[in-house]
Amino acid sequence: MMKLFGIFFKIGLFTLGGGYAMVPVIEEEIVEKNKWMSEDEFLDVLAMAQSLPGPLAVNTATFVGYRLKKSRGAVICCLGTVMPSFLIILIIASFLTGLYQNPLVIKFFMGIRPAVAGLILTAVFKLKKGIDASLFSIVMVLMAIACVGIMAWSPIIVILVAAFSGIYIYPHTKWRV
Amino acid sequence: MAIIIEIFWTFFKIGAFSFGGGYAMIPFIQREIVSVHQWLPKEEFIDVLAISQVTPGPIATNASTYVGYKIAGLLGAFAGTSGVIGAAFLLALFISGRFEKVKHLPQIKLMFKGLRPAVLGLIFSAGLTVGFATVTSYKELGIACFSFVSIVKFKMHPILTIAISGCMGLILF
Repeated sequence: MMKLFGIFFKIGLFTLGGGYAMVPVIEEEIVEKNKWMSEDEFLDVLAMAQSLPGPLAVNTATFVGYRLKKSRGAVICCLGTVMPSFLIILIIASFLTGLYQNPLVIKFFMGIRPAVAGLILTAVFKLKKGIDASLFSIVMVLMAIACVGIMAWSPIIVILVAAFSGIYIYPHTKWRV
Repeated sequence: MAIIIEIFWTFFKIGAFSFGGGYAMIPFIQREIVSVHQWLPKEEFIDVLAISQVTPGPIATNASTYVGYKIAGLLGAFAGTSGVIGAAFLLALFISGRFEKVKHLPQIKLMFKGLRPAVLGLIFSAGLTVGFATVTSYKELGIACFSFVSIVKFKMHPILTIAISGCMGLILF
């Protein structure tokens, strides 16, 4: 049990950038080093983790933990994954409040803020690959931009509409390319 | 105590409706934290995004810990973090026991035919919102373009891009 916690703590600690960066690290520990799962099993777990809402690393860790040690394993793995970032952010948050008065820190963050906009837009390009070029997809993209970007509605509406459209409208569309 | 419950519930909702990982959560978190609850000013929210990029762990958990701590100290940090992973954890636990049955449901594949492009639209909106909030002169525009091009064209690591952008801030402002 302690070993399991330790491994997921390490995974949580050393994977910068979150989510997808953690997957190869989890795979190495679970499949290759400790042989707790076969490669195929791991891929199934990963596919399911991606279909659920919430942070990918949390989903994957919970699945793997349950596979190995039922509910207790799930709790241990989930906690292990989240603990490092929780502690690190706590430390940063407690220091940053004081640092915000420092003029150099202010300038540094003034440089970082516009970079974040560029960074987010790069994710759009990465995601593009997983989407088929159809009128249906274009309608979904525009729907999301119109509702959230322009009307400032809750993204929850967009998620619900998109999920239902995928199940009930997509199979009947003939606009696929 | 009411604020602790509110923090937990807000992040529980964020966790429960976030598909597509990482960046897809940004519009949710931004709306709830900056617009609805006004727990953080827009600038500080963007700083939290940047911090999340250079520290380990999912963006959503980092943001929830930070915001929770800012509003209600340690207990708030705990409420935010457990909230954001709560839905994911419970759902994963629930499905774990029924894994073989759920694995091949065709509805899940179809659902993602709709979700994926919508998530792309959400992330695009988030990028534009952050852009409009931060770009006030050609200097910021230059930094935003640098960050985009360095990652897409030159495959630079996001941490390096952020570090360089911070240094550009020291020089330019």
